[in-house]
Amino acid sequence: MLNKEFLFKKVAFSSATLILLILTSIFVMLFIYAKPAINEYGLNFLTDASWNKSVVIHNSTQNTLQAQQNKIDDDENDGSLFSDDNSILDEESDDISKNEDNIITKTIFGGYIPIVGTILSSLIAMVFAIPIALGIAVFLSEIAPDFLIKPVGIAIELLAAIPSIIYGMWGLFYFAPILQNIFGGSQMSLLTAGLVLGIMVIPFMAAITRDAMNTTPDVLKESAYALGATKFEVVKDVIFPYAKVGIIGSIILSLGRALGETMAVAFLIGSVFKIPHHLTDPTISIPIVLANNFGEATKDMMGAIFYLTFILFIFSFLVIGIAKFYFLRGRR
Amino acid sequence: MKQNENIKSRRLFYNKVILFLSTLSAIVGLLFLIWILITLFLKGIDSINLSLFTKDLVDGGLRNLIFGQFIMAFLATLIGVPLGMIAGIYLREYGNGVYANIIRDLSDIMMSAPSIVIGTFVFILFVAPFGSINGWAGAIALAIMLIPIVVSTTDNMLSLVPKELREAGIALGASKHKVILDIVLRTVKIGLTTGILLAFARIIGETAPLLFTSGTNSFWTTDLNNAFPSLTVSIYNLANFPTDKARNLAWAASFILIVIVLLINLTGRFIIQKRRNK
Repeated sequence: MLNKEFLFKKVAFSSATLILLILTSIFVMLFIYAKPAINEYGLNFLTDASWNKSVVIHNSTQNTLQAQQNKIDDDENDGSLFSDDNSILDEESDDISKNEDNIITKTIFGGYIPIVGTILSSLIAMVFAIPIALGIAVFLSEIAPDFLIKPVGIAIELLAAIPSIIYGMWGLFYFAPILQNIFGGSQMSLLTAGLVLGIMVIPFMAAITRDAMNTTPDVLKESAYALGATKFEVVKDVIFPYAKVGIIGSIILSLGRALGETMAVAFLIGSVFKIPHHLTDPTISIPIVLANNFGEATKDMMGAIFYLTFILFIFSFLVIGIAKFYFLRGRR
Repeated sequence: MKQNENIKSRRLFYNKVILFLSTLSAIVGLLFLIWILITLFLKGIDSINLSLFTKDLVDGGLRNLIFGQFIMAFLATLIGVPLGMIAGIYLREYGNGVYANIIRDLSDIMMSAPSIVIGTFVFILFVAPFGSINGWAGAIALAIMLIPIVVSTTDNMLSLVPKELREAGIALGASKHKVILDIVLRTVKIGLTTGILLAFARIIGETAPLLFTSGTNSFWTTDLNNAFPSLTVSIYNLANFPTDKARNLAWAASFILIVIVLLINLTGRFIIQKRRNK
């Protein structure tokens, strides 16, 4: 009897520990696989905008010098947002390979473009989704007549359950052409990706902000109404201050979701390694680099891809962690 | 007096404006979502026909894909539900203190972790060593997505069970695990089942964790050691394909997927509703 109890407790403990184990091994495995790229590029990877670019290095003593020179060229090239000519280096390297004999070329990778693409598309999504999600949450908690609260609430929760690939397909065939008509530019762009990402995040964000708002005790709201406050004043001066922490937490959590989203964005962001100068320019985000190149890439590129994955994991872990630890603790 | 009137009318005006804006944004948000659903249903009904369910992808059908997606989701449930439930039981019934809280927070974080990262992780452990994408890896990736959802459902459900019930069991001389398995779990059976249903609905629509793990397969297969048919991964491939035929197939597949997901969700809600009305 005692033995069974002991055994059950041990099994339960191990299952719980499995979660810790999975998360640590994700971290460790990604780090090990990203290690070659981390060793090679270091932190410059974060600010280097070259991807899969051939760089010439001499086979002789000039080796390091030339590599450094190229590095500097790169930095100059990509440091400013508005220099879009990336071909200079390639032409240069062609020239050199014609002129000299013992030359080896090397492909280098930098993560700047996908990192920027990820952050910008998520930010666009947030700018679009926050007002609408807050509107829905306020509507559900204060404005909606009783007979609407339940069906609209259920609809929102059902919409949060729609697989993200469906948002992506709808965006590709219906939303992108319309956006192009309105804003011009490229059909697949930062803007298209960001907006569809925003639409996808809205139900999730609305549902959890509404839950946060609903934690406001009725007594508080009723006291305010009794003093003659309008609905807007109750929302602004009672509900928002009371649920502030929960609302901010919900928004950050949604941001965490948006950062790592793959399928809603995959069709829409354009998948080109280019720094976007306008909202309507195509670019790429980290999850899409993975979705497009994983498995078929060369060894060097796989290293860079794992480095990107590692960065994405750390970044979203931090964002989600901040939301959960700091803002949403004690809400269960 | 006059000034008071002014303030009052201004307050009422602001109130109206904000309430209007809020209602408007709710309508706009809902319209977008309704737009998506309507397109999907129209396009889906347009391109759906019975032969989709009797042919495999090679012959222009979806049979093997639906089958494959379900098999992987079921396997993931078989792996993930027991592990997640027992872990949830540990957190609520045994763990009290820092360790349980850390695990609880980590599980919450894992629930929102990018699914493509989980796919990458499973690729490293279960695809790279074997040299080929395979159905097991897909199922394991989905199981990793599932575990934290089940943990949090179990944890929340168990917290609803009154302490007295456990004490009564212990007072009768039952050991703790007996009390948990035979009394506590039994009282939350319906809630747990619903939670698991909703979790299943969530993983069956996942694409990103399957991209590098199971891949997809155009042929009928039950061999989990090779590329395994996946409905969602095939939607991704088909939508990228520039022919109308492939696109229509992608719409039909999306339609089937959304019907599956919504049906499971509605069933879950129906079960909760029925219990509440009792």
